Formats: sequence, C-alpha cells, structure tokens
Amino acid sequence: MPSGPNISTSLFDRIGGVNALPVLLMIVALPLVGSLSSWATLTFAGLAMGMMIFLMASGLSLVFGLMDVLNFGHSAFITFGAFIAATVLLALGAWVEADSLTLNFLALFAAIGAASLFGLVAGWFFERVIVRPVYRDHLRQILITIGALIIAEQLILAIWGGAPIAVPRPALLNGSIIIGDVAIEIYRIFAFFLGLAVFLALYLVLNRTRIGLLIRAGVENREMVEALGFRIERIFIAVFMVGSALAAMGGAMWAGYQGLISGTLGGELLVLVFIVVIIGGLGSIEGSLLGALMVGLMGNYIAFIFPKLALASNMLLMLVILLWRPWGLKPAVGG
Amino acid sequence: MSEHILRLDDIHTDIGQYHVLHGISLEVPEGGVYVLLGRNGAGKTTTLRTIMGLWRARQGAIVFRHHDITALHTSDIARLGIAYVPENMGIFGGLTVEENMRLASAAGGFDDNRLQRIFALFPAMEKFWATPARSLSGGQKQMLAISRAIIEPRELILIDEPTKGLAPAIIRAMIDAFREIAAETTILLVEQNFLFASSLGANVSVIDDGRIAHSGTMPDLVADNELQTRLLSLSLDAHQ
Repeated sequence: MPSGPNISTSLFDRIGGVNALPVLLMIVALPLVGSLSSWATLTFAGLAMGMMIFLMASGLSLVFGLMDVLNFGHSAFITFGAFIAATVLLALGAWVEADSLTLNFLALFAAIGAASLFGLVAGWFFERVIVRPVYRDHLRQILITIGALIIAEQLILAIWGGAPIAVPRPALLNGSIIIGDVAIEIYRIFAFFLGLAVFLALYLVLNRTRIGLLIRAGVENREMVEALGFRIERIFIAVFMVGSALAAMGGAMWAGYQGLISGTLGGELLVLVFIVVIIGGLGSIEGSLLGALMVGLMGNYIAFIFPKLALASNMLLMLVILLWRPWGLKPAVGG
Repeated sequence: MSEHILRLDDIHTDIGQYHVLHGISLEVPEGGVYVLLGRNGAGKTTTLRTIMGLWRARQGAIVFRHHDITALHTSDIARLGIAYVPENMGIFGGLTVEENMRLASAAGGFDDNRLQRIFALFPAMEKFWATPARSLSGGQKQMLAISRAIIEPRELILIDEPTKGLAPAIIRAMIDAFREIAAETTILLVEQNFLFASSLGANVSVIDDGRIAHSGTMPDLVADNELQTRLLSLSLDAHQ
C-alpha cells in the first residue's frame, strides 16, 4: 500500500517534537532555579557550552555513523586544538592585548585556524595510519585508538609540560554585555554563534550538495554506495579530516572558555561528547546539536540546583533518553 | 554463437571459514534475461556478490566484455556498466526517491527521456518523487531499486530476488517492466519464483551446493518436468 508520511497529532509533535526538548528543559529549569537573572546566566552558559561540545561531537558522530569507527582518539584532537590555540594566543600576545578590534580578531582567527588546520592534517594521518587497518573490527579500533590517545597525551606532556597553561583571551571577547541584571559573557555569545555557523554549514553541505548526499547515503549503506560506483574510502577520509578539524576547533574554543587548560581536558570532555553522540543518534548532525545543547543546559542547571548531582546528571539524561528513544533523538538511519 | 557479455570461469568464493562457491562457470549472452535458479543457500546471492566484487573470488576469473574484473574494486566494476540490485534492495531510506536516483546518475543530473520512461514503467516513482524512501511500500522500494539500476544506460544488471515478499499483482507488473528493460540491456536474475523466472528467462543455470547443476535454455527446463523436480523440488514447493 502506498503510504505517506505519518500523520501524528500528539501535543508533543505539534510543539516541534524532539526539536523542542532544549526549550522545554529551559522552561522546566526556570522555577527550579528561582531567580530570573541566574536562570538567564545559566541558560546562556549552557547554550555556549553546548555549542562548543557540538563542535567536538559533530565530527565524532559522522565518523561513527558513516565509518562505524569507534574513535577514542577523538579527544586527542580536542586537547591538541586547545594547546595549539593557547600557544598561538600566547605568541601573539601583543595582538591579543591590543586595543584594536582588527588585531584581536586576527589573533583569535589565527588561533582557531591553526588548531583546525592541525586537526585536518592530523586527521588525515590518523585515518591513514591508525584507523584504516582496523575498519570493521570494533575491538581493535578501541585498542588502537586508545593506544594512539595515550601516545598523543604523552606528546602533549612532552611538548607543553605538565603544568596547566593560562590562556589569554582577546581583549574584545573579555567583557560582558549587561542587560538589566543579567551579565552575558561576550565569549559565550561568540562561542554560540560560531557553533551555530558550523552547524548551518554542515547542514547545508549534507543536504544541498552531492558529497553530502553521498555521506548521508554512506551512513545508511556503505556497500550500496560502492555498488553505485563511488569510492567510499575517499569520502571516509574527507569526513575524518573534517571531524578532526572540528574537534580541534572545539578544543580551541574550550581553551579560551576555561582560561586554564591541562592535558586531561580532552579526556574529560570525551565523556560528554560520547553522551551527546549517543543521545543525538549516530551520524546525525541535527541530533548532535540537540544532544549538545541539552547536555550543556543540563550541566549548568544541575550544577546550580543540585550541585551534588552534577556528575551524574548527563548520565541520567542519557539513560532517560535511551529508554525513551533507543536509537537517539534524531537517528540518521531507521526511524 | 552470440557474444558473451559476462563469463565466470571456475569461481571459488569463501565467506569467512565457509567455502561457498565450488567452481561456478557461466557464460551470459548479450541481451535478454539470464536466470540463476537454486535452493536457499545454494550460492546464488554469493555468485552475484562475487561478480560485483563484494565478496572476493579465491580462485577463478570473472570476465566482463574483455575486462578481467575478478580483482577490481566494487566501484570500478560499477563504473564499467554493471548495476546491482541486492536482495534487500539497498534503498537509502532517509533519502527521497529523487535523491536515491540522483546518486545513481553519473553526473548527478537526469536524462529526461530515461526519466520519463521510468515514470511510465513505474508511475509510483513520479508520485513519490519527493518522499523519503523509507515510507514507500515493499513493492515501491523494489521499483525504486530497479529504477536506480536503469537511470543510466547499463550493460548488465544483476538483480537478486526482486519478487521476494511482493503481492502477485505487483509481480505481474514487474514481469512487464523486466521485459521492457531486457529489450535494451542484459539482466542476470536470481529468482526463487519459478513462474516469474520462466516467463522472463531465455537461458537458465541452476546452482546447487555452490556448483552449477544444470545450464540450458528456459523452454527446455520448462518442458522437462522430471528435470525441474530433480533440480528445484524445494524451490517449486516454496513458491505459491
């Protein structure tokens, strides 16, 4: 029988379905937080944090979804991105502190650009040398990518030392905008819009270009893409490079956000990143965005409302979402 | 003697530790439908997958036109002009009907003539052009899989059990469509439905236990009840 799209009229679907979840979370949090100004501050912090995690998670999700590769080495790109950005900002100290918007921006873009460029090149190397020999073998993927992660973490120790590094923040991003009694850090606004821009760019590439069509098809059925005459491994390597560059970009943004970074940063974030990828649905950019925003908001609200639950909150979020939607919020395949 | 478009010469294929094909030899003439029959697990699907390079032949040669394709990459085999419609149809459910077809067209654009002919064969494709393929019915998915295989001119189309799970009315429509497609290309068809296979095929091979048990013309097989019973007893019981 011909069947059109399902017509469902539940209230949840009418208000936007899973897309409305971050908004619902914000609404639920308001009475629990109590004060409007604290709630606004937490919400902006959560959105900014979510967007930075989205940068790190989107690449992992595509790599996971398209290539079926469990890459625990992903966090190395995050950490390297953070340290490279910090080094560039330190080296360009004069520009960072200058009272000139242009120089501030140049320093910032040099830092983010250097981190992302490193991610592209290192991603190419990593796919070629580490991942390619272990396609289709999850156990070996876990072993070798964790091995590569250990080496990468030791390299960071060898290059930058064990002491935490203070990251200078460009002067123009170093203030807050005050609206009423709510102070919003400019850096958070920047992080939010950078994440949003990356999301839009990824969304357009995936949905409006032929390479995007191939990636979406490959997430569903690699073999059939090859049987249609395409070399899927060439798409793999491109996706892996972009995914690694986005992780490094996320790390660079995170460095400026934290102000003080150490070599364990990537590993700590990887837990959040995996949670985002899983609750969002493998291979789905929209899912990663939703998951990242929810994890960011949840982390900030819970740290304020029930500080003792902060560590467990995102695990609980994942548990609840998986019980409700075992394939994640917006799986790229099935549904 | 007609020109052979595809020749399999003593093909042995292993899947994991299992030796599945034990020396398959076939000569598929140009044009029309060549049918591979056989019981479940006999090695029909493995034969198609080996031709397509999705399993590797351990021994033997596969020659398409004058190219030895035995060791070629699947994507290169496809680009030589071989299309593959797997048993599960290989539809991309998250993509629309149009996007599924667009992937199969060489330059990403469509030849309007071919597209109109596909719409005439399978009107549902035009109707559901912008619909995600996952919401199509089983028959419509099969039509999409076949449309995708013919959106570009192909010299050889490998089709694995296209009637599986389809209603009799749709199967009859498929027979007409296949006749029209076979008028301009060659189809290597794996099928369990003997009525469907016998109304289309000119030549037939029966695979049993990874070997060719019989090769000949379809009319001869149809006329020989004893041979059918011996070779296909299980398959004949299986179809309704």
